[in-house]
Amino acid sequence: MEDCLAKKMEITVLEAEKRTGKNAMNMQETYTAYLIETRAVESQSEGQCAPVDSLWRRYSEFELLRNYLSVTYPHIVVPPLPEKRADFVWHKLSADNMDPDFVERRRIGLENFLLRVASHPVLCQDKIFYSFLTQEGGWKEMVNETGFQLKADSRLKALNATFRVKNPDKRFTELKHYSDELQSVISHLLRVRARVADRLYGVYKVHGNYGRVFSEWSAIEKEMGDGLQSAGHHMDVYAASIDDILEEEEHYADQLKEYLFYAEALRAVCRKHELMQYDLEMAAQDLTSKKQQCEELATGTVRTFSLKGMTSKLFGQETPEQREAKIKVLEEQIQEGEEQLKSKNLEGRDFVKSAWADIERFKEQKNHDLKEALISYAVMQISMCKKGIQVWTNAKECFSKM
Amino acid sequence: DTSLTEVNSFSPSVPISPSSMINQYKFEDEPELRDLFITVDDPESHITAIETFITYRVVTKTSRGEFDSSEYEVRRRYQDFLWLKSKLEEAHPTLIIPPLPEKFIMKGMVERFSDEFIETRRKALHKFLNRIADHPTLTFNEDFKIFLTAQAWELSSHKKQGPSLLSRMGQTVRAVASSVRGVKNRPEMFTEMNDYMETFSQKINVLDKIAHRIYKEEREYFNEMKEYGPIHTLWSASEEDIADSLKGVASCIDKCCKATEKRMAGLSETLLPILHEYVLYSEILMGVLKRRDQIQGELDSKVDALANKKAEKDLFSEEIGKLEDKVECANNALKADWDRWKQNMQCDMRSTFTDVAENNLRYYEECLATWESFLASQTVDLHVEEDSEDK
Repeated sequence: MEDCLAKKMEITVLEAEKRTGKNAMNMQETYTAYLIETRAVESQSEGQCAPVDSLWRRYSEFELLRNYLSVTYPHIVVPPLPEKRADFVWHKLSADNMDPDFVERRRIGLENFLLRVASHPVLCQDKIFYSFLTQEGGWKEMVNETGFQLKADSRLKALNATFRVKNPDKRFTELKHYSDELQSVISHLLRVRARVADRLYGVYKVHGNYGRVFSEWSAIEKEMGDGLQSAGHHMDVYAASIDDILEEEEHYADQLKEYLFYAEALRAVCRKHELMQYDLEMAAQDLTSKKQQCEELATGTVRTFSLKGMTSKLFGQETPEQREAKIKVLEEQIQEGEEQLKSKNLEGRDFVKSAWADIERFKEQKNHDLKEALISYAVMQISMCKKGIQVWTNAKECFSKM
Repeated sequence: DTSLTEVNSFSPSVPISPSSMINQYKFEDEPELRDLFITVDDPESHITAIETFITYRVVTKTSRGEFDSSEYEVRRRYQDFLWLKSKLEEAHPTLIIPPLPEKFIMKGMVERFSDEFIETRRKALHKFLNRIADHPTLTFNEDFKIFLTAQAWELSSHKKQGPSLLSRMGQTVRAVASSVRGVKNRPEMFTEMNDYMETFSQKINVLDKIAHRIYKEEREYFNEMKEYGPIHTLWSASEEDIADSLKGVASCIDKCCKATEKRMAGLSETLLPILHEYVLYSEILMGVLKRRDQIQGELDSKVDALANKKAEKDLFSEEIGKLEDKVECANNALKADWDRWKQNMQCDMRSTFTDVAENNLRYYEECLATWESFLASQTVDLHVEEDSEDK
C-alpha cells in the first residue's frame, strides 16, 4: 500500500452539474457531469498550497474506465461503480436519476470508486487511470487505442457461457459459491431494509397529524389547552425527525450496495479462472487427440473412430506420401500445442497466484468495511433512539401538565 | 339460569378482590369512600335453537345497607346492558350516562364472536358499570340495583313492566318537536356547551382515526421487522470474521421487534379504548343537550299556549310551575354533571396520553440499551484486535 497513488494524490469528486449535449445518435440528451479535483499531497507538507487540477467526467466515462480495468486486470477484484439507476428504493426516495439526492449519493459513490482504485497496489499504477484523473481531452481515444475491447468481447462471452471444467480448483469453486451467496443475501437485505424504512417513515409521519388536532382542540380548552398545544409541537418535531434519520441510513445502504456489486467483481475473477482452466483443458485435450492421430497414422492402427478413417476405408487408403505429409503437419501442430500448453499452464499458475493474493486483500478489506458499516448502523440506531427519548420525554411532560 | 346452553368459556376471570379493583381503575372519586365494587368477566357462549349470544358474569360486592346481601353474582347479556342504559336515560334525561360499547363493529375485520371482540367488549362493559357506580346520582338508581342483583328470570319480568315500544316511539317524536322550540330560549351556558361539544366531537373523532392509523402503521412496521433480523443470521452463515457482528445485529433487530410489539399492545390497551369511549361520550353529550332543550321546549310551548289562551290561565299556571321546576332541575343536573364530566375527561386524557408517552419512552429505552450493548461488544473486539496487532 506504500506506493499507491492515493498516498501521493488527493482525489475528490467535488460537484455535479447538469449538462445537455448530443449523444452518439445525434439526439439531444441531458446528463450529469462530475468535477474531479486532484492535488499532489507532497507539496502540502512544505507549507505551500499545491496547485489543483480539475476536469469533468460523466458516468459513461467512469464505466469505460472500469471496463478497461476489468479486462486488463482480470485477476483483480476491481472496485465497482455506484449503481447506474436507483434500485432498492423505498417510496419516498426518488428513482429518478436527475433527483438531487440521488446525484449527491452518486457523487460520493464515484469518489469512493476513484479512491478505491487509487489505493489498490496494482490498479493505482495504471496509466489510463492516471490520465482519467489528469487529462480531460483525448482520454477516450487513448483507452480505445489499447484495444482492450477485443479482449472484452470474449470476456463478455466468458461471463455468460456455461461450460464444464473437468478439474475445477476447489478454492475458486468455493469462492464463486460465496460470491453468489453474498449477492443473494445482500440484495434480500436491501429489499427488506427498504420496506422497513418505508414503514418507519409511515409511523413517524402519522404522528405529525397530532399537531394540528391538538392545536385546534386546545382552542376550546381552558386548562388543557397549553399542555395540548405544546405536546402537539413535540409531535411535529418527532414526525420531522425521520427525514434526516432515513437519509443517513441511505448511506449505510450504499455501503452494503458497494459490496453487493463487489460480489459481482469477485465472481468475474472466478469465472475468468474457470475460463482459463477450460481453455487449458481444451488445449490439453486437443494435444492428446493430435498425438493419438499421429500415432495412428504412423502405426496404421485405428484406435479411435474418425470420419476421415471411415471415408478412407470406404474410398480407399491414402498413399504413403499423403500419410507422410499428414504426419509432418501433425507433428508441427503437436510441437506448437505443447509450447502453447506450457505457456497456458504458466499463465494459469501466475493467474492463480496473483488472483489469490488480491482475493486475500479483498477479504480483509471486506471484513473491515462491513464490520465498520454494521457498527455505524448501530450508531445510527442509537442516535435515533436518543432523539425519540428526548421528544417523548418532552411530550410526556406536556401531557402530564394537561 | 334457565337458558339451554352449550357452554364454552373464553378468557380467565378477572381478579375480584376489592383491593385489586382499587388499583385497576383510576376513578376520580376517592377509592377509599367506595362501597360498591363491580367486575365484569367470564364471557360464555350460549347456543339456543333461535340464537347464539354471549353472557358475562357480573360480580358485585357492597357494604351498602339498601342491598340485602354483600355479594352478588349474576349473568348478563348485551341486551340487558342496553336496557339498563335506556332506563337510566329515561330516569335522568339530563345526566351524562356513560357509553356502552357498540352493538357491531363496522371497521376492521373483527368478527362478531372473535376473542378480540369479546375481550374489548367485556372491558368496555366493565368500565360502563363502574362509571355508573361512581356517579353520585346514578349509583343509587333502582334499575341499576336490580341489574346488579336480580336473577335472570327476575330481570326479565321486571323489564316487561317498562313502557311499551309504541309509547316510547311516540315519546321520541314529541321529543324532536320539543327540542326545536327549546333552542330559542336556551340559556347562554348551554349554547356554549353545545358549541364546545360540536368542536370536541369533531376533534375526538379525528384523534380516534389518527390513533388507529398509528396502530396500523406500527403493526406494518412490526411485520417488516420480523423478516429483517433473520436475514442477518442467514448472512452470518457464509461469513467467518464478521459472523459475530452479523449475529449481534440480528439479535438487536429481533429485540427491537419485540419491543415494538409491546408498544403496539400498549397503544391498543390504553389510547384506543379511551378515545373510542370519548367518541361515544360526545354523541351522548349531544343527546343530553338535546333532551335538555326538549324539556325546555315543553315549558316554552306551554308558555306560548298560555299567551294565546288567557282564559285557562290558572290551569296552565300550575302546569307551567311544574315544568319550570322540571327545567330548573334538568339544568342544574346537567350543569353539575357537565362539570364532573369535564374534570373526568381532563383526568382521563392526561393520564392516557402520559401513558402513551411513557409507552414510547420505554420502547426507545429498550432499543437504546440493546444497540448500546451491541456497540460495546464490537468496540471491545476492536481493541482486542488492535492490541494483538501491536504485539
